[in-house]
Amino acid sequence: MPMIEIRWHGRGGQGGVTSAELLAKAALIDGYEGVQAFPYFGAERRGAPVKAFTRISDETINVRSQIYTPDIVAVLDPGIIDLIDVSEGLKEGGKIIINSDKEASEYEFEKGHVYTYDGTGIALKHGLLVAGLPVVNTTMLGAFAKATGLVKIETIEQVIKEKWSGNVGARNAAGAREAYDTCSD
Amino acid sequence: MTVAKDKISIEGLTGDAAIAHALKQCDLDVLAAYPITPQTIIVEDFQKFAADGEVQTAVIPVESEHSAMSACVGASATGARVATASASAGLALMWEILYCAASMRMPIVFTVANRALSAPINIHNDHSDGMGMRDSGFVQLYCQSSQEAYDTTIMAFKIAEDHDILLPVMVGIDGFILSHNVERVEMLPTDVVTDFLGIREPVQPLHPDKPITMGPLALTDYYFEFKEQQDRAIQEVPKIYKKVEKEFEKLTGRSYGMIEEYKTDDAEIIILAMSTMGGTAKAVADVLREKGEKVGVIRLKMFRPFPVEEICKAIGDAKAVMIFEKAMSFGAVTHPLAMEIRSALYEAENRPMVLDFVVGLGGRDVPPTTFVEGYEKTKKYLEKGEAPLYETLGVRK
Repeated sequence: MPMIEIRWHGRGGQGGVTSAELLAKAALIDGYEGVQAFPYFGAERRGAPVKAFTRISDETINVRSQIYTPDIVAVLDPGIIDLIDVSEGLKEGGKIIINSDKEASEYEFEKGHVYTYDGTGIALKHGLLVAGLPVVNTTMLGAFAKATGLVKIETIEQVIKEKWSGNVGARNAAGAREAYDTCSD
Repeated sequence: MTVAKDKISIEGLTGDAAIAHALKQCDLDVLAAYPITPQTIIVEDFQKFAADGEVQTAVIPVESEHSAMSACVGASATGARVATASASAGLALMWEILYCAASMRMPIVFTVANRALSAPINIHNDHSDGMGMRDSGFVQLYCQSSQEAYDTTIMAFKIAEDHDILLPVMVGIDGFILSHNVERVEMLPTDVVTDFLGIREPVQPLHPDKPITMGPLALTDYYFEFKEQQDRAIQEVPKIYKKVEKEFEKLTGRSYGMIEEYKTDDAEIIILAMSTMGGTAKAVADVLREKGEKVGVIRLKMFRPFPVEEICKAIGDAKAVMIFEKAMSFGAVTHPLAMEIRSALYEAENRPMVLDFVVGLGGRDVPPTTFVEGYEKTKKYLEKGEAPLYETLGVRK
C-alpha cells in the first residue's frame, strides 16, 4: 500500500488534533509500520479553523512536511466548508468525510467522493460534551474506519478507551461505533 | 545481546513523550525545569511519572529557566544524574548558566524542542536557539524521529557522564514537527536501560563532609587552562560516542552515527541538513534518483563537536553540496551550518561547490518542492561555475 495522507479540518477545541493522533495509534496497532500524526497550530484559540495531519504507510515514513495532496480529508465542522476549500489538493479518487446531518449527495466538490454522518447528533445522544458543546472527534474516527477501511472499528474503540478511562471512554467508543454504523456515501 | 522482541514495548508517541519516557527510565535524581512550548509535554509527562511514584526523582519547578539550569548545575555538582528541558526564549534565558554547566564539566542532559527566537514571538520550529548556544561548550545532537529522540536521550547520559567527557549534552528535536508528532517508538525494558547506564560515578562530588569550591574565580592565572581542558574534553566526544552507540546497537540493533549517509556513494549533488529536514531530504532523493539524478543526503546528527573527517569523507568527490539550514547568522559570510562545512572542506583535494539555502525560519514548512527548487538552482550554478554565498528559499522577497 502506498503512503496514505489524511488532513483534518476542525475548529480549535473540537479535538481534531486528538483525532489525528488516535488514528495514528490505531494504525500502529493494526500493523502499519509507518505512522505520523501532527498538528498545525496557528495562534490557537477556541473556534478558529485548525488543521491536523496523519500519515499511514506499510513502510517507515521519511517525509516530514505538512500534507498538500491528501488522499482523505476529514471535516469535523461542516461550517468550515464555506470558509475554506477543504478539497484543496485532494488526490484523484480521494475521499471527503464530513460530520453533517445532510446526505452526502447534497455536497458538491470538484473532486472527491463524499461521505457524511451525523456526528453532532451522535455526540449529543451519547453525552459527548465539553463545556456544554458536542465534541465529534471520536465519532469521526468511527466514520473514518467505515469510509476508508484502513483501520478496524474495534481498534478505534480500543484506542479511545485507552485515552479516556471508564465511562467517558465507553461513551466515546459507543459514539464511534454508531458513527461507523451510520456513515454513508 | 539484542533485547528479546517480547520485552520491547511499542507505542505511538510524540517526540516530547518519547523523551519523557526515556528520562523516566534513566533513573534521574533531579529534574529542574520551567515550561515553554513546544517542550512542555516533556516536563508535564515527567511530572506525572513523579506524582504517580513511577520515578524517584526530585522535580524542581523553578521560577525561570536561568534558575532551572542553575539548579541542574548545583545538583549535578553533588554527583546526581540531572536533566532539564527548554526551547527558544527559555533557552536564551539560560544562556549565562549554559556556559557554567559546560565549563564546570557538569554532565547534564538538556532536551530541547528547537524553536524560533523572538521577535516577533513565534512558537514554531527553527534552529536559532540551538545555534545560539553553539559556542557554550555543550555537545549537540539533533534527532530525526521520536525513536531517535528516545534512543539519543538514553545514550546522552552515558556520553555526558563518561570520565573522558564530563560535559553537558543537548538533545534537539524539531519543535512541533517532531515534538508533537505521534509515531512508532520501541521502548526498552527499564532494567535494560538501568544496566546500560549504570549509576553515575562522580569524579569530584560536592559533599558537606569534604567541602570543596567549584567554579570559583580564575583570572589571568588559570582561566585559560580551564578552557584548554574543556576543548580537550569535547574533542574526545566522537570516540566515546562511537563506543556508546556500539553498546546501544548491541541491545537494540539501532545506531545513527554522527552523520547519517543516504545514497551518497556515487552522488554528484549532496543535500546536507539536520533533524527532520534530513527525513524529507531522503524522500526527495528517492524521487530524484528514480529520474536518474545522482543525489545523496547527509543528515548531520552531531553538530558539536563537528565531525569534520566524517563529513569530508561522505562528501567525497561530489560536485556540489546543498546545505539546507534553519538559522541565520546575520551579517556572516554564510549561515552557521554552511560556515562549518566550508571550513571543513577547505583542505579537501576536490572542493565541491557549496550552496547555502536558508529555509523554514519560524516554522515555515519545508516541503519536498523546496528541496527540488534548491536542486534545480544548484544544477544551474554548476553549469555557470558560480553561485551566491547563500540565499533564502520559501520566503516573500
